[in-house]
Amino acid sequence: MDVAQLKRQLFAYTALLFHEGFLDEQFTQLQQLQDENNPDFVVEVVSLFFDDSERLLNELAKALDQQNIDFKKVDAHVHQLKGSSSSIGAQRVQRVCIAFRNYCQDKNVEGCLKCLQQVKHEFSLVKNKLETLFNLEKQILAAGGSPPT
Amino acid sequence: MTMAGEILRRQSPAEVDVCGGSAQELHVLAVDDSLVDRKVIEKLLKRLSCKVTAVDSGLRALQYLGLDGEKSSVGFDDLKVNLIMTDYSMPGMTGYELLKKIKESSAFRETPVVIMSSERILARINRCLEEGAEEFLAKPVKLSDVERLKNFVMGGGEVCSDRRINKRRLEENNDRDDGHAPSPVSPPCSCDRAACTSSSSDSSSPSIAPSSSKRLKIHHQG
Repeated sequence: MDVAQLKRQLFAYTALLFHEGFLDEQFTQLQQLQDENNPDFVVEVVSLFFDDSERLLNELAKALDQQNIDFKKVDAHVHQLKGSSSSIGAQRVQRVCIAFRNYCQDKNVEGCLKCLQQVKHEFSLVKNKLETLFNLEKQILAAGGSPPT
Repeated sequence: MTMAGEILRRQSPAEVDVCGGSAQELHVLAVDDSLVDRKVIEKLLKRLSCKVTAVDSGLRALQYLGLDGEKSSVGFDDLKVNLIMTDYSMPGMTGYELLKKIKESSAFRETPVVIMSSERILARINRCLEEGAEEFLAKPVKLSDVERLKNFVMGGGEVCSDRRINKRRLEENNDRDDGHAPSPVSPPCSCDRAACTSSSSDSSSPSIAPSSSKRLKIHHQG
C-alpha cells in the first residue's frame, strides 16, 4: 500500500474513533503537542495510560473481591482511572468511570461489579483501537511518509 | 474598574528579576500524583518554553521548595519558581493543603499557585481561591490554559478567558460524581466585569465576591 492510501486509511480510522466516541478532543490536543522534539509523545503518554489503567483495574478487582468492600478505596481508584482516561481523551472509559463513581457513592456492590466489567471492556476496546492507529502511523513512517498532523 | 490588561501590567520587581534571568524563561513547579497528567503538563509547559520541575506529591513539592522544615531557606535564594501548578486531589497532602503551606511561607507566598482538578465542586473552588490560589483550572488542562497562565505570570496577559467560563458552565451538570447540585460557577474574575462574558448573577454564591476582591486587591497593588 502506498503512503497516500495509508494516510487516507489513518484519517478515516481516526475519524471513526472520534465519531464512535472512543476518543475526544483531548486526544487531538495531545497530537497537537507532538513535535520534532518529542515525535513519540502521543505513544508515550498513551502507553503510560495503558500501564496505569491495567494496574488500576487489578486494584479494583481486588478491592471489590473483599468481604467488606472499602468503597472509598474503590472510589479513589476509579477517580484516578477517570482522570487519566480524561487526560488522554479516552472518552468512553471516562464515561463508565463516572457511572462507576456514582455506584461507589451509593455503596452499590452489584452496580460496581457491573461497571468494573464495563470499564474493562471499554479499556480493552480503546487499547485495541489505539494500537491499530499507532500501527498505521508506523506503517506510514516506514513507507517513507511523514507523520500526518 | 480598569481593564484586564492594565490590571495585569503590574509587575513587582521580584517578578521581573525572576523572569529576566534567562531570556524570560519561566520556571514552573508542577505537582500531580498521576504519571499520565505529569507527562502531559510537562509537555504543555515545555511547548511554551518553560522550564519544568514535576513532582508527584505535595510533600515532594515542599521539599523542593525548601519548605519542609528540613533545611533552612537560606540556601534557596537561587531557587526561582515563577509558577506552581498543583493537582487538587492527591493522596497524603491535597493541593489545597500545599497551597496553604506555600502561602504561609515568606519565600513563596507571592508565587502564583494554580489548582487543577477534574472535579468542579464550588466549595472547593472557593476555598482555594480564598486561600490565595491564582486560579482553579479544570482538567484536562489545555495548551490555551497554560498559555494564558504564562502570559499572566509574565505580565500583560489576561487571567480571564471566555473559554474557561464557557467550559465551566457547559461542564456543570455533566456528572453527578462531582457531588453537588449544579449551579453556575462564575470564576472570580479580576478583569472588568462588563468586559467579561461571565453572566452569573447568582447572589447565592457568597464566596465569589470576597475572592474577587481579594484578587482585585492583589492585582491593584504596587
